[in-house]
Order: sequence, then structure tokens, then C-alpha cells
Amino acid sequence: MTAVVTGLDALLASKEMVLVCGSGGVGKTTTAAAIGLQAATELGGRVLVLTVDPARRLADALGLGAAGVANDEIRVDPARLPGKPRGELWMAMLDTKASWDDLVVRHAPDAATRDAILSNPLYRNITSRFVHSHEYIVMERLHDLHASGRYDLVIVDTPPSRHALDILDAPARMKEFFGSRLLRWLTVPARSRLFNAASKPFYQVADRILGSNFLKDVAEFFVLLQKMEAGFVRRAGETEAMLADARTTFVVVTTLEAAPATEARFLLGELTERRLPLGAVIVNRVLPESLGALAARESATRLVEEADVLARELGPVVGAEPALVSRVLAEVGARFQDFGVVASRQAERQAELTALCPLVVPVPWFEQGGDDLSTLARIGMSTWGRTQ
Amino acid sequence: MPGGDRSTPLLDRRLVVVTGKGGTGKTTVSAAIAVLAARLGKRVLICEMDAKGSLAAAFDTGPLPFEPLQVSENIWAMSMNTEDSLREYLRLFVHIPLVGRIGVLARTFDFVADAAPGVKEILSLGKLCYEVRERHYDMVIVDGVATGHVVAQLSAPDAIAELIKVGPVKDQTRWMQDILQDTSCTGVVLVTTPEEMPVLETTELIGRIASETQVDVAAVVANRVLPELFGRSEEAVFDALGEGAALDLLRRTAGESVDAVLDGARLAVAMRRSGAGHLEYLRQNVPPGIDFVYVPELFNRSTGRRSAELIADALGEELL
Repeated sequence: MTAVVTGLDALLASKEMVLVCGSGGVGKTTTAAAIGLQAATELGGRVLVLTVDPARRLADALGLGAAGVANDEIRVDPARLPGKPRGELWMAMLDTKASWDDLVVRHAPDAATRDAILSNPLYRNITSRFVHSHEYIVMERLHDLHASGRYDLVIVDTPPSRHALDILDAPARMKEFFGSRLLRWLTVPARSRLFNAASKPFYQVADRILGSNFLKDVAEFFVLLQKMEAGFVRRAGETEAMLADARTTFVVVTTLEAAPATEARFLLGELTERRLPLGAVIVNRVLPESLGALAARESATRLVEEADVLARELGPVVGAEPALVSRVLAEVGARFQDFGVVASRQAERQAELTALCPLVVPVPWFEQGGDDLSTLARIGMSTWGRTQ
Repeated sequence: MPGGDRSTPLLDRRLVVVTGKGGTGKTTVSAAIAVLAARLGKRVLICEMDAKGSLAAAFDTGPLPFEPLQVSENIWAMSMNTEDSLREYLRLFVHIPLVGRIGVLARTFDFVADAAPGVKEILSLGKLCYEVRERHYDMVIVDGVATGHVVAQLSAPDAIAELIKVGPVKDQTRWMQDILQDTSCTGVVLVTTPEEMPVLETTELIGRIASETQVDVAAVVANRVLPELFGRSEEAVFDALGEGAALDLLRRTAGESVDAVLDGARLAVAMRRSGAGHLEYLRQNVPPGIDFVYVPELFNRSTGRRSAELIADALGEELL
């Protein structure tokens, strides 16, 4: 009897942009790279994985170790890839600073504004911090890469956010920021010596706290920024529309530990609520189902409870002291029971996720070897549909 | 070995900043440190910085307010909130009592604070340093500073001092620096699990804290360390049990499913071995003088007060 296990193949074959999201520490970057490798291998075409901050070993394995990679797109040498891939795998890292410079150059109305912004001392700080700039810039890049027409599939590893919704809210917040009355308020002292009545109390308070020169610097910077409003608002609107596009899909990565699973459930709920295209949940580090099997649990109990009796028989067979054998048997049984409890808890959490997303893809726990690309390939393969 | 001769033992410090990658259990460890200190009779304030609500879950209470809420004997918990902190700051330091209208001010302030390095940090960390300075509590624990943010958080007074030359904020940075840079008072605790990414991030972070701040790292906590299953002679016996006549005998006596049980043990050994490699790397890369504390995988519930109590037991064995 064969059973069909549904995987990511149909989803990745039909979509053009994949946003991989989830809380930190669940293997998001590795998963993004693994499904990129798998798609390039099995589906063919040009696949690009955009990642924020790959672990050194992953970067090395993919040949991204060289300094100065910045925003370049690099093709992973086919000779490094296991098997015979049908397509090409490309990688790009996200350099937030370079991407912001790029945006400023594109949207500045004139060369003077552009140079004033790029040389502003607050600019560097701003680009790395304000209105979830990291989350915004990653989607901006995704939009760009997709629109370039160079790739069949672009997979992005979203930056770890303090909050799962930051990534979804980023374009809207960018629009809101540029259109806000608050931004106009902040720019008042730089535009006019005559403060209007509404903002005056704020500046009096702020000056006493921050010192007036500092605030003036900030205001001047915002005035420059405001000159780019039209371009930024239009772009943010396009990026926002891209998130809901039928060619886009969201893939949520999680493990079955309590905190990440809770965050994943929350994220799935929000994606559904906002009618964003939810594709799949990938569950990493899943313990084998056999750990929860009833018959095996009974065997484990017997090992623990009858360790001495069993050891007396087994001792001569394995040529060891019965006391030692007894200890090993009891330990094996007890450890199985421990992991059995964890496995049942995991199964329950996986069932909860299944209720929120039609496609839940488990990836078993793998021992991490030295060769990362073969681990990536194993992870990639386990996300694929197959018959059992 | 707790403390060593170099530094003040963790539990004697008065400001403990706990950080770690998501999923390593930093909130549970923070809660456990609070429980442990409370057991010693200390009055503890624990503050959640990221508003995720996991600290409330650790003490099985509802959402935590800005005003500290007593959650058990000797332990008070609060959730950081920039608006409330700004309101309190204005009242205490600038002597501006604000009753209404703070919403607009706070939102405006948010925009400025996003642009100005250190302003938000100084408000949140400043509130906690203030509690230390005023000795309202014996120990203040800061939970939930993301690893990517902790350096900015700890160096905020330095950044502000550089940017702002005069005024009350400038003055405030001085006493904050005094508290943060006093190694007998303040210590950072880095929580990790024996996995590749968290371990690498932890060692990198120790380097960054040393080079970019003047704050002392008190301890590295390796959380969820799997127990060693076998010694060498036991492992030989285990291998022998899995083949030939011994395996046949086991199947007859303990049931056919004993194969799955042995597979489970093999998996446990593999997981332990993988973790041990990462721990060894960590041990080699943690500078001497920083406490290195193991917390075993407890195979129990992973959140809630019960978990905090059990981890406090485990921490106590190493720290007391």
C-alpha cells in the first residue's frame, strides 16, 4: 500500500516569491537555503535565495564567504551542489546600508538632496533603526529582484523581528511615516522660526530633555527625508501589493517547542486574518513518530522495570557484568520514556498547526555533519512530496 | 565554579541583564534566577523588555503592567513600556507632571527616539537603573533584550553622552554609566542552547560586549543540555545489545518493539554528541572568569512557574 505525502513541490512550482518567516532560532535561514537548493535541483530554472545574515558555515558551504559580497547576487558553483541540479541556485545577502543608499539615490529629487542625506550623521543610524527598516528593505529587495526578470523563483529569509507582525506591517508603516502629521510637526523648527501653537509645547519639553541643537539636527534630517516622500510612498504601496499577490506565498518555519510553536500559531492567524497567501508550515527538528508508539513504550517500561532480570540473561550473551547491563537497559528505557513524552507533546503541537494551515511539512531532526550542503540537500528532500 | 576570585557572584549582583537568541529559554532562565534570589530572601524586580508576554507566562499571571506587580513572595514583575517610562521620567527628572495629552507627545517622541540613537534605550534601561540606585529592590533582572539589541542597550548612555552635550539627559547618563559599569553591581547573563547558531552568536556577543561596552559579562548559561547517556564501557554494552544473539534475546523478552526503543537511545546519543561538540566550542571560546553554568534538559513542561522552579533548582546546584 502506498501513501502519498504532500510536500512543497506543487507550491514552489506555482509561485514566484516565497517569504520564509518565523521566530528566531528555528532554522529559518537553513530552511530557506534548503528549499532553494531543492527547487533548483528538482524544478529547475533560476532560483535565488535572499538571506539577511547566514551563519558562517552556511555561507562558506555556499561559497559566500568572501568579503564584500554586499548586495551582489552570486551563483553557487554547480560543482559544490550534490547531485545533478536541473537549474541554477543563486544567493544574495542583504546589506541594509547599501540598500538604503540605493533607495535614496533613486528617490532623491536632486543631487543636492541626495548628497545632503547620504552625508547626514543621523542617516546611518536611521537606516538601521527606524520604522522597521530592516523588514521593509528586505521586501523592497524582493520586489526588485522579482521585477528584474532574472529569476524564476525568489526565496527570502526574513530578518528575525522582535515581533512576528513587523514584517507584515513594514510597508504600511513606511507609507504612514512619510504621510504623517507627526513628521510635519517634527520638521517645523527647520522650516520656520515661528513655531505654530500646537507644536510649541512639545519643543519646549523636548528641548529641555534633549538639548535644542540635537533636536534641530533631527528636524533638518527629516526635512530632507520629506523631499523623497512621493517616491517612497509609491514604492511602499507597490511592495505592499506584492505581499498579497497571487504569485507570492508565505512559508512559516517553526520547531515544536512551546514558544516557537505559539509564535507560529499567532503568525498563521495573522496571515489568514489579513488574507495574505499562506502556503505552508515547515516544522523543523521533529522527533521520529516511533518514539510515541504504544508497543515501543511498553518495551521501554519493561526495560526499566525488569532491567535486573533481563540483565542476568543478557550478561553472558554480551560478555559483561549483569550490573552493568542492567544499568544500560534501565537507562535506554528511561531515555526512551523521556523522549516519548517530548514526542507526544510535539505531535499535539503539530496537530494544532495543521488546523491552521492545510500544508504542514515535518523535517526530521538531523545530526549536523561537517558537510553542510549534504545536510541542506537532506532537509530539502524531506520537504518534497513522495510516496511511502 | 561560581564567582571565582575575579568577580562578584551572579546572585550578589544588583542588576542582571539576561539576553540570548530566541528559543534558548532566556525568559525561563531569567525567571529562575529571580526564583533563586527570592529563595535567598532577596526582593527581586524582574522586567520584560520585549512585550511578548512570555514573562507573564513564566509566572502564570495575566499581562504584566508597567507598575511592578507582585507575582510571588519577594518577586515583582513588570513590562517595559516607553510611554509610561517617559511619563515617569518627565515627572521624576524634568519635574514636568503630565496628566493628559501624553499620547501625542509619546508618539512624537517615538519618531524622534527612532532616529536618535540611545534615547529609547536610556528611557527603558534608565528606569531599571533608577530602581537599582534607589534600592527599591535587592536585585533587578532585565529579561528579553534581543541579542541583536543588547550592545546598543548597554552602550546607550555612552552614545547619548556623545550626542548630547548639556541638559538633564546628559546628567542622567553619568549615574547610569556608574551603575552599568560597576562589575560588582551589574552583570550580563547570556543564555544559549547547545546548538550551532546560538553558540556562535553567544561567543560573538561576548566579544562585542567586551569591545563596545564597559559592562561585565557575569555568566553564560547553557540551557537544555542533554544528559550523558553512557560512559565508555556502557556504550560497548549498548552496541552489543543491538546485534546478533543479544538483540534476538531482547526482542523475545522485552517485545519486538524494543528495536524502536534502541533507535530512540541511538537518537539520544546522537543528539547529545552533537550538542557536546557545540558546548566544547563554547567552553573554549568563553574567556576565563565568566561563570559557565549548565542547565540540564528537564524533559518537563517548557513554560510556567513549575519550569522556573525546576530550573532554579538546577541553577542553584551550580551557583550556590
